[in-house]
Order: sequence, then C-alpha cells, then structure tokens
Amino acid sequence: MILLTQYTLIFASILILVALGGCVSEHSGVINLGLEGIMVIGALGGALVMKYLPAGTSPFVIVILTMMAAIVAGTVYSSLLAVACINFKADQTIIGTALNLLGVAAATVAVKAINIAEDPNNTSSEIVYREGRQAFLTDIGGFELNVFMIIAFVVLIGIAVMLYKTRFGLRLMACGEHPQAADSVGINVYKMRWAGVLLSGALGGLGGIVYITAGVSQWMFENGVAGFGFLALAVMIFGQWKPKHIAWAALLFGFFRALGNVHSGFDFLKALDLPSGVYNMLPYAVSLIVLAFTSKRSRAPKAEGIPYDKGSR
Amino acid sequence: MEEQFAIEMLNITKVFPGIIANDNITLQLKKGEIHALLGENGAGKSTLMSVLFGLYQPEQGIIKKDGVEVKINNPNDANDLGIGMVHQHFKLVECFTVLDNIILGVEPNKYGFLQKSEARKKVLELSEKYGLHVDPDAYIEDITVGMQQRTEILKMLYRDNEILIFDEPTAVLTPQEIDELMQIMKNLAAEGKSILFISHKLNEIKAVADRCTVLRKGKYIGTVNTKDATIEELSAMMVGRNVNFHVEKTPAKPGDVVLEVEGLTVASKIHKNNAVKNVSFKVRAGEIVCIAGIDGNGQTELVYGITGLEPVKSGTVKLNGVDITKASIRKRSVSGMSHIPEDRHKHGLVLDYSLEDNLILQTYFKRDFTNAAGFLRRNNIREYANRLIEMYDIRSGQGPVTKARSMSGGNQQKAIVAREIDKNPDLLVAVQPTRGLDVGAIEYIHKQLINHRDQGHACLLVSLELDEVMDVPDRILVMYEGEIVGELDPKKTTQEELGLYMAGAKRDEVAE
Repeated sequence: MILLTQYTLIFASILILVALGGCVSEHSGVINLGLEGIMVIGALGGALVMKYLPAGTSPFVIVILTMMAAIVAGTVYSSLLAVACINFKADQTIIGTALNLLGVAAATVAVKAINIAEDPNNTSSEIVYREGRQAFLTDIGGFELNVFMIIAFVVLIGIAVMLYKTRFGLRLMACGEHPQAADSVGINVYKMRWAGVLLSGALGGLGGIVYITAGVSQWMFENGVAGFGFLALAVMIFGQWKPKHIAWAALLFGFFRALGNVHSGFDFLKALDLPSGVYNMLPYAVSLIVLAFTSKRSRAPKAEGIPYDKGSR
Repeated sequence: MEEQFAIEMLNITKVFPGIIANDNITLQLKKGEIHALLGENGAGKSTLMSVLFGLYQPEQGIIKKDGVEVKINNPNDANDLGIGMVHQHFKLVECFTVLDNIILGVEPNKYGFLQKSEARKKVLELSEKYGLHVDPDAYIEDITVGMQQRTEILKMLYRDNEILIFDEPTAVLTPQEIDELMQIMKNLAAEGKSILFISHKLNEIKAVADRCTVLRKGKYIGTVNTKDATIEELSAMMVGRNVNFHVEKTPAKPGDVVLEVEGLTVASKIHKNNAVKNVSFKVRAGEIVCIAGIDGNGQTELVYGITGLEPVKSGTVKLNGVDITKASIRKRSVSGMSHIPEDRHKHGLVLDYSLEDNLILQTYFKRDFTNAAGFLRRNNIREYANRLIEMYDIRSGQGPVTKARSMSGGNQQKAIVAREIDKNPDLLVAVQPTRGLDVGAIEYIHKQLINHRDQGHACLLVSLELDEVMDVPDRILVMYEGEIVGELDPKKTTQEELGLYMAGAKRDEVAE
C-alpha cells in the first residue's frame, strides 16, 4: 500500500509538472505537442550531470545541479518551438511532432556517442546514475519521499497563483484567448507567447528528469519517455487547463500508472492473474476513455494553435 | 479662428500600391463635440483611423493634439495621447470578467500581483457617473452585446482617454440599446470628452452628431453642421449622386405557397437547447417575408435547417409542396431554392477560385458547363461569367479570372446575388444580403430582391438591419429565442414596436 501511494505520488508529480508546462504554453496561445521530446532532452541534461558529477558530491548540490541542467536543457530545446511557431508562424502541431521525433533521436545519438567514446564495445544508449538518484530520496518509515513530490506541489501552487493572481498571468491568458485584444491594450503578444513556451520547456525538462529517476537507476534513451508527454497533455485537457483540476487528474492517471509497477504486491490483483501488459496499458487506455467522454465539454484557450500576426485584424 | 481642437489631422495622404487610400484629408475634432465620420465602404475611413492609431504612417500631413504637432508611431503612442477606440469587433476576452478586461494592460499591481479592489472602485464610479450600469464581476460571455460595448467604453474611460472613437457602434445593437448608446455618447460629450463617430447610418448621425465629415473614394468631400444638413444632402455627399432611400415597390400579390415550414426544430451547436423551436410559417410566391430578430435568436439555424446546411431535429420543410426535409443541398438547389448565405466567405464563395468559377458553383454540372466526358467547357463558362458580370455590374480587377479573395466585399456579394438570382429560383433565401455594404450597393441588392418578387417568385429575407426589415419585406416574422413571437405588417408597425418584439418584451400567439 505504501508502495502504491509512493508510486502514485511520484508519477502524479511528473504529470503535474509536465501538464502545467503544457497549460502555461496553451494559455499563451501555443499548443505544445513537443512536451514528449522536451522531457527526453530535459532528462538527458539531468542524467548527464549526474553521470559526470564526481562521487562524494553532497546530495543537495546534486539535486540543485541536476534540476538546473534539466530545466536549462528543456528551456533551450523549447525555444525551437517558440522560434518556429511564434516568429515564423509555423504549424504548431507539426513543429511539436518534429520536436518529439528529434528529441528521442538526438538523445540516443548523443548518449551512444558518449558511451562509445568511453568504451568502444558499449553501443547502448543507456546512462546509469545510481548514486545521483539516491540524492533525491529520503526514507520515511518505508515511504521513499522524493524531493520532486515537494517541488511539484510548490510548482502547482506557484503556477496557480501566477495564472490567477498576477499581472503576468492575466496577460498570458489574454494572449491565449484573444491576442488582438491583448495587442490593442499594448501587450506584446510575441513576448508573452515566448514566455509561455519557455516556461513550458522548463517544466517539461524538469518532468523529464523526474520521470527517468522515478523508479530506476539507469535509462535507455532510445525508449524516450514512453508517451508520458502525451499522457500529460491528456491530463491537461482532462484538467480543463486549470491547475487545481490538473492536480486531481494527475493523481488519477498517476494511480493507474503506479498500478502497473506494483500490481504484483496486491493479493487480489494477483489472483486475477492478468498479464502485466494489461496494467502497463492502463493509464493510456484510461486516458483514451476519459478524453473520449470529457473532451467534448473541454474549453481550450480560444486562440491556441493560431499563429498571431500583428497585421491581420 | 482660435478654436479649441482636441485632435486635428491635417492634409493626410496615405498611398498604397496602386491606390490612394487617403488623398489630402483633413479632420478636425473639437473639444466636447460628437463628430461623425461618414463614408461608404472603401472611402478611406479605416485607413484614416489606422493613421491616427499609428498603424500606418502617412506620406503627407500632420496630426496635432491640442494644437501641438505629435508623432504617432504605434497604438501605444495613441493610447498615451488619450485616444481610445471601441472597435467594431470588440476586443474583449470572453472568459475574463468585465473588470479583468478593463484593467488588462494597465493592471494596478504590487510586485506583479494584481490589486483589483481599487480598480473595481474606479470602474463602479465611472459606470455610475455615465449611467453605464455594468457589473464588474460578470463574465463577458454571459452579458449582452450592449453590455460588452459598455465594457469597451469603460476601458477607454478607465484609461482617462479624452478622445473616444466609436467604429460603427450601432451595427450590433437593438433599437432600445441604440437609443441608450446615443444617450451615453451625449453624456460623455457633456463631460468634455471628444467623440469621433464612424458610421454610414445617416439617421443616427443626424440624431447624435454635432458635425460631420464626409469622405468619398479616399477624398475629402467636406465638413458640415449636421443640424443644417438633410439626410438626403448627406447621402448625396457620401455617394456622389442622389440615392433613393425609400424602397420603391408595388403591393405584393401573393400566390401559391412556395415554402412551407412546419414544426421545425433545429438543435444548437453552441448550447444544449434547441436553437429553433417548433417554428411554422409559409412563404408564398410573389412576396418577401422577412425574419427579423437580434443576432443569435435562431435565425441562422432556421436557415441552416431550410437550406440543408444542418440536419433538422424534427418538423418538415416543403418546397412547392414537395417534402425536402431530408433532401441534399444539391437536390434543394435543383428543385428551385437559392441561398444567399449569411457568411459569404464561409458558405458563399471559394475565395481562392476565380470569379467565373465561383459563378458556376451551383450549376457547373449542367451540360452547358460540363461536357459528357466530364470536362469543363471553359468557353461557355467564360461567356456566362461575362454575361453576369455585365448584367449585375460586378466590378473586379481582371474580370472573370479575378480571384474572389481580392474583390471588395460589395462586389463579392454582388457575385453571389448574381449567381443565385440568375438561377431564377422559386424561392430565394437571402440572409443579411446587405451586411457591411454601403448605401449604393444596398440599394442595388434591394432592387434585385424586389424584382425577383415581382417576377412571381418567393423570397425569404433574414435581416438584422431595422431599416431593411421595415422597407423591403411584405410581411415580418419576429424571432426571439428560437420561436416566432410575432407577425407584423411593415406598413402598419413602427421600429419601436418591432424592437419590443425583438427584445422579447412583447409577443403574440402566432398561428403559423
């Protein structure tokens, strides 16, 4: 039971971070379908820092540096989306998809190159970060508290306050709903959209490193992040683009994802004797079903997906 | 002289490739006056305003504020000079509250955190002072168009703007709301605000404006005191010839029933209720029946149901006695129904097709235009297009091969009217056929509708324009919240009575 709670919380944390990333980007008017790719690049940044930090670095420093690396990597990578979609007015769906393809491929190539340089026989795309990962964890009576659970909670509060209580949030959402209105009162729509996309890159990158360190101590980068970026988008839609609802949705999806990891620990589930693939499928199947029934009522930011052109009025 | 001008635009010339949009135009707005800017579509009103807002830089001419020359390079400069505008299409974020919309861009804040209570107080004070009665906590999507417009007015007042520009503000309002707006504008002027009122509705200009500047085809025609000028004089200045305002027509001679709608119910795309609720009526040959009502009361869906753009939920539509409720659009078209759609860009034209191709959209499959092997007969199409262009006076850059997108709104509409009427349909469904057109084009289209009627055909007109509703049809059916709430005789009713029906304040039990 503790294990289920622990996994639910950590997976929910990832989904909260990434879905909030999608949420701020979409509130600014840019659909960020590239979250999957951004997660991979963020994860790569974080994993490389953990790999190269000398043994014996204090856990605090490890946590800070790893996070920073993931955030910076995600942010820089997301600027590709911003440049293409905001400045060059490219189709956001296509650019997002391109970022997803590029993310996994670039990470795999980079890691393989690094591995081969170290040992010509090692052509895997795997990075090991056993010690680094330990820095994130605190054991409280069998419950492994991950520092990212706290961070996700703080980010959740922070984004909610930002969206609804600050000038920045009001302007950001105006750009996603009615950019012409925002422009007419002197708000720089391009700048606000850049801010939205970069923020989503930061959160996506952070979510990436949390994902690969959630349960394991090494990661094969050719696996990407197994559709978690898309799952986060589903969480965002199910959460109606509102932080509070996103948190609940993330817990729900996180729970199903956690079941996949720990189902063998429950006697009654064991008795059912379902193949483990069924459990692994659950979060994705649930997201399909949930979205099929709820997405009709969803109210996306009105202007999302439409490149803003100052000239067209 | 020594007159106090709030803003002066002197000898403004703005040239676009191939066209002089503003040719030496002078506009002087006195402090505390309501000044109308009158002109047809394409007369250069919008260009002039864009120059004032710094969106375009004029080739020649200067702008003075309070007698001092100023440079306006972008809308923010205009804002800083206290110039505000209520746009034709409101610039409001629908899922924000009124208050949030008002403060957007000039948010009172402490370290970036919003401080709304003071703003709220100021908004309530302003709302009180000018009699706007706006609830600052209501969401834009929940309030009426009239209230939304007041939110736009409050946006300007909140920014302490002194020069207020209203761009065709009455197009979206009910008669009662128009009266209220006129009063608000007078209040604002009385408080010392200077108002520029862009319009082509002469009676409104006459009612509210002190002076009026007229533009025609990019040229400055003159400025007159409105109380000294008659509506006919103003219109002659605007159009350059005398316009016949009164729609000339003989009494209708209704014949057989052409369109019979019975118990029609159409679902709404926006909300869960039905947009059209159990509506029944008949249109006879030789008469024009007008569906009047405020935008969004089910007229669009009613037309969708009749023309087949959307499936109906229940009820029947009969054309010449034949049930066409489930017939395809092509079937309806071939059986004698024509449709001048509300949204000419969405349903009326293929914008990237040439004019000639657009003119045969409904008839391309006929043997005249397509040979037995399925190839288009280009020569016939060209010939046909040239005939329509001449008959209906459709003006365009390159004749039949002009891309529809590059034509002016009025000529696009003429093309649709030509195509639909030339089919010589038993029933012509015309939805807001004159929307956004200038006086000359409106006059022309009204004539076409009446001609069509006089040839013994039926016409169903859907209109939001009161003048059109009063002048053109032989019978008026008023729609309110999806139901027909009254049948009026345009010769016996008044705009006020019509307004009461449109606002839902009055209703009859209408049998059919």
